[in-house]
Amino acid sequence: MKRRDFIYLSGLGAAASMLPGIPLMGNPIDPSRALETVDVALKKQLADVALNAARSKGATYTDVRIGRYLNQFVVTREDKVQNIVNTESYGMGIRVIANGSWGFAAIDKMDKDNIAKAAEQAVAIAKENARLLTEPVRLAPQKGYGEVSWKAPIEKNSFQVPIKEKVDLLLSVNDAAMKAGADYINSILFMVNEQKYFASTDGSYIDQDVHRIWPAFFATKIDKTTGKFETRNSLSAPMGMGYEYLYARPQDKIAGVTTLYKGRYDMLEDAKAAGAQAGEKLKAKSVEPGKYDLILDPSHLWLTIHESTGHPTELDRVLGYEANFAGTSFLTLDKWASKNFQYGSKLVNIVADKTQVGSLGAVGYDDEGVGCGQWDIVKEGILVNYQTIRDQAHMLGLTASQGCCYADNWSSVQFQRMPNISLQPGKEKRSIDDIIKGVEKGIYIIGDGSFSIDQQRYNFQFGGQLYYEIKNGKIVGMLRDVAYQANTKEFWNSCTAIADQSDYRLGGSFFDGKGQPSQSSAVSHGSSTARFNGVNVINTGRTI
Amino acid sequence: MAILSKEEAKKILEKVVGFSKADGIEANLNGNDGGNIRYARNSVSTSGEDSNVSLNVQSYVGKKVGSASINEFDDASLEKVVRRAEELSRLAPENSEFMEPLPQQTYGVESKTFIESTANITPDYRAQAAADSILPASKKDITAAGFLEDSRGFSSLMNSKGAFAYNKTTGVDFTVTMRSNDGTGSGWVARNFNDVSKLNTAEASAIAMEKALQSRNAKAIEPGKYTVILEPNAAADLLGLMLFAMNARQADEGRSFLSKKGGGTKLGEKIVDERVNIYTDPWNEEVPTGNWAGNGLPRKKMDLIKNGSVANMIYDRYWASLKNAEPTPFPGNRIMEGGTASIEDMIKDTKKGVLVTRFWYIRAVDPQTLLYTGLTRDGTFYIENGKIKHPIKNFRFNESPVIMLNNLETLGKQLRVASGGGPGGGGSSLIPAMKIRDFTFSSLSDAV
Repeated sequence: MKRRDFIYLSGLGAAASMLPGIPLMGNPIDPSRALETVDVALKKQLADVALNAARSKGATYTDVRIGRYLNQFVVTREDKVQNIVNTESYGMGIRVIANGSWGFAAIDKMDKDNIAKAAEQAVAIAKENARLLTEPVRLAPQKGYGEVSWKAPIEKNSFQVPIKEKVDLLLSVNDAAMKAGADYINSILFMVNEQKYFASTDGSYIDQDVHRIWPAFFATKIDKTTGKFETRNSLSAPMGMGYEYLYARPQDKIAGVTTLYKGRYDMLEDAKAAGAQAGEKLKAKSVEPGKYDLILDPSHLWLTIHESTGHPTELDRVLGYEANFAGTSFLTLDKWASKNFQYGSKLVNIVADKTQVGSLGAVGYDDEGVGCGQWDIVKEGILVNYQTIRDQAHMLGLTASQGCCYADNWSSVQFQRMPNISLQPGKEKRSIDDIIKGVEKGIYIIGDGSFSIDQQRYNFQFGGQLYYEIKNGKIVGMLRDVAYQANTKEFWNSCTAIADQSDYRLGGSFFDGKGQPSQSSAVSHGSSTARFNGVNVINTGRTI
Repeated sequence: MAILSKEEAKKILEKVVGFSKADGIEANLNGNDGGNIRYARNSVSTSGEDSNVSLNVQSYVGKKVGSASINEFDDASLEKVVRRAEELSRLAPENSEFMEPLPQQTYGVESKTFIESTANITPDYRAQAAADSILPASKKDITAAGFLEDSRGFSSLMNSKGAFAYNKTTGVDFTVTMRSNDGTGSGWVARNFNDVSKLNTAEASAIAMEKALQSRNAKAIEPGKYTVILEPNAAADLLGLMLFAMNARQADEGRSFLSKKGGGTKLGEKIVDERVNIYTDPWNEEVPTGNWAGNGLPRKKMDLIKNGSVANMIYDRYWASLKNAEPTPFPGNRIMEGGTASIEDMIKDTKKGVLVTRFWYIRAVDPQTLLYTGLTRDGTFYIENGKIKHPIKNFRFNESPVIMLNNLETLGKQLRVASGGGPGGGGSSLIPAMKIRDFTFSSLSDAV
C-alpha cells in the first residue's frame, strides 16, 4: 500500500485513527460498476499475448495474473456517515524465469502492445537479476489444469446489497451502542471482491472469484469525573463470505457471559452488549499480576495462533528471506528434521488449510497455479511441517508446492503467504462451561486486543477485549488492565484442554503485513475455546 | 510522464476545474516514479520499478461529495472524470462535517525536497548499492538482508475557490539487517535522505556488521527498570506514536492522553521534562518537507511540545471551525531538539544501563496512558561503569513515551530517521539519542 494513499483516503474520517492501516488500492468508481465482470475469453487472449511474448524473448517459465480488485467501505461514527468509498484496481502482473532468475513487470494499460512490452520488460529484468544469481530458481513441478474456475460459495454478493441498507445497519448499530451507554462509536463495513485470472506456461487458465467481508465497530465510554475511558471493540471476525455473514440466526449464537458468534454475526446485538460492557470495564477490578490459568475464546485465540504458530512456520522466514523486515523463526529446520520437537502439548494439533469454507484464505488455486489443500503443521504437539511455495518446496524435500503463494494486487510480486492455520478442536466432548468449571484461579479472555511478538516468535504479549476472573470454577466478575506474556513453546505446552467441535469458530485478519515493499493478505485462524495453565499475567495500568 | 512540472500540472488542473458544473470542485494531481531492490541470504531476491500519475477529483453539491480518479489526461478523459465525480456526489449521503475547499492560500518559499541526483537513480545504482552491502558481509561469515527504495514524485492541488499548490520531492530509504552465520548475532542500520549522495550503503552496512559481531552470544540479565540509552531510531518510534496521538478532537472528546480529569485538555500544560522541545518546520535543511499539507493548508514552523508543555494539538478544519480554533496542517516532519553528547559520551557517563539499537513490534496497550509494548532488537548491550560490558538478550518493554520523557537524563545528537511508509511516505524526523532512567523491561526474549 502507498501510505500516502491511505492517509489521503482514510484521512477523510476520524475513524481512521481507530482502525488498522487500510490498504486502499485502486481508483474510486461508481458502485454499480463493481457488478460488472471481465469476459474470461478476453482474459485468456490477453494472457496468451504475455505468455507468447515472454517465451519469444527467452523465458523458460511465465505466469500471468490478471486481477480486478474491488473494495467497498462504509464508514460511520455516532449518527453520521463519514465516508463511502468504492475502488477498483485492474491490471496484469507478469512473472518470468529467464537465465535461471525471476523477473517481474506489471501493467494497467491492457492492450496487446503494452502487454507484450511488459512481458519483454519482465524478461529483461530477469536477465539483469541473473547477473547477481548464486543459485538458479528450482520450481517444484506443477501440472497444468487447462481452463478451470473456482468461486467462493457465497449466498449474497455484498456488492449487490444497496449502500443505503449498509448505512442504515451501521447507524442503527451506533444508536444501539449509544443507548446502551457508549459515548462514542465508530463503525465500518469493509467488503472485498478479488476477480483473479491466472495463466501459466504449465497449461493452466484459472478464473477465480473471491469474496471477503469485515463488519467492525469500536465503542468508547468515558467517565468524566475520573477522566478515564475504556473501549470495547466488536467480536466479529473478518470472513471469506458474502453479506449473509450479517444475517445471524439463533443457531449461530453461543450464550454465556456475553453472546459469541459462530459463522454468522449479529452486529446490532453485539453493539448493544458493547455499549454496556465499555461502562462495566471502567468499574472493573484492576488485575493482580501473577500466574493464572487462561481460558481463551476463539475470538481472542486466533491472533495468538496467527503470531506464534502461523508466522514461525512460514518457510521463507525460516530460510532468512524476511530477515530485514518481519524477521526469522525459532522453528529452524533442525527442529523439524528431528521429528521430535515438542512445540506443544499432546492435545495440540494444528492444521494448514486453504480450502476451509468461509475462511479468508480459501481459494481453489494459489497465485502460482497450485491446487489448494490441507496438511498438518503440528501433530500431537510435534512440529511436522511448514508452509511453502514452488521455488522453496525442494528445500524441504517436497516434490510439490503446498499452494501458499499470494500477491495482494496484480502489481505486486507473489510470494509465500500464510494459509489458514487452525488449532483443531478437542476430540472429547467438552463445552466452555466444562473447561471453566475445572479452573481454580483463572482469567477468561474474549476478543482480540493489544498484540506484540519478537522477530523469531519466542516472546509474546497479548491483551483482549473482555476479561473475566474465574475463582473455584466460577466467573466472579470483570477485570481490567490485563495482558499475558509467554514464551511460544512454554505456552503451547501448557495447553491442557480444548473444547470440542461444536465450539469451533474462525477469527482472522484482513491485514497481515509482510515483505518489502509491504503487502497485506487476509487469513483466518480457527479454534475452539482452550485452556492454558500457569501463564504470566501483568497489570498494564499506569498513571501519567 | 510521472514528474510533471508546476506549469504542466497547473495547465491540466485548470482544465479540470473549468469542466466543473457542481457547486465546487477540488482536484489533486500526483505522480510518482519509484524503484527498489531487495536482498536476503547474500543474494538479490527482487527488484523493480513503478510509475504512476493519477488525478483525483472531488466534486460537491451542498454537503454531498463524490470522488473519481483517472490516469489519462486528454481533454475528453478530464471531462469524463469530472462528470463521474459529479454523478457520484448526487448519489452520496450528506456529510455534515463537509468543509468547502480553501480559498487561495499564501505558501512560504519552496522547500528543498527535490534533489536531481536522487531523481536520476538507475537499476545499476541499486544493484551496486546492494553489492556494496552483500560483498563485505559474505567475506565476514555474515548474512545480509536489506532493502533500498527510492522515489521521485510531485503533488499538486487546485480548487474552484482559487487555491493552487505544487511540490515535488525525492527520497531514498535504506535498511539492512546483518546476521552472524552462527545465528547468535544481529545488527541493523537505517538511512533516510532526500539526497542520495548522502547515502553510502557500504558505510551503513559496516555499522550493522559490527553490531552483528559484537552482539554474538548475548547474556541474559534480569528484566526490571533500567537506565537506557536509546539510539535515535529507537527513541523516534516511541516519540512518533505520542505525536501521532496529539489529535485535538479526541482530546476534547475525553479519549486521549491529552484529555483531563473533569473535562478539558492538557493544552498549555507541562506533560514531560522541560528540556523537551518538539516542533515541525518544513524548511529544516536536514528534513525538508512540502510547504503545504494534503488539504491545501500552508505549513509553517509550529511547536508541538515547548519546554515540556503541550504547545499545539492537531485540529482538522471541521473541528477547528467548531471550536473556533485555527486548523492545523498535518506536520510533514518532526524535529526534537537535541544536545551535544555523543552516544559514546552517554555510555561513559553511565554506571549501569542498557544501550538499545532499535525497537520492534511496538503496539498500543492502553491509549489512556499511551502505554506501549514492544521489544529490543538487533544490538542490545549492557553498560557498566562507563563501558559496554557485553551483549544482552533482548527485552520486552512496557512503557509510555510520556513517562519516558519525564525520566529524561541526557539529550544526545540528532539523526534523521524515517517515520515509516518509505521515501516520501510518512515523512522524516530529526530525533536525538537520549538517556532515560527507569525504563521498564518486563520480560526476556530469546530472539536474535
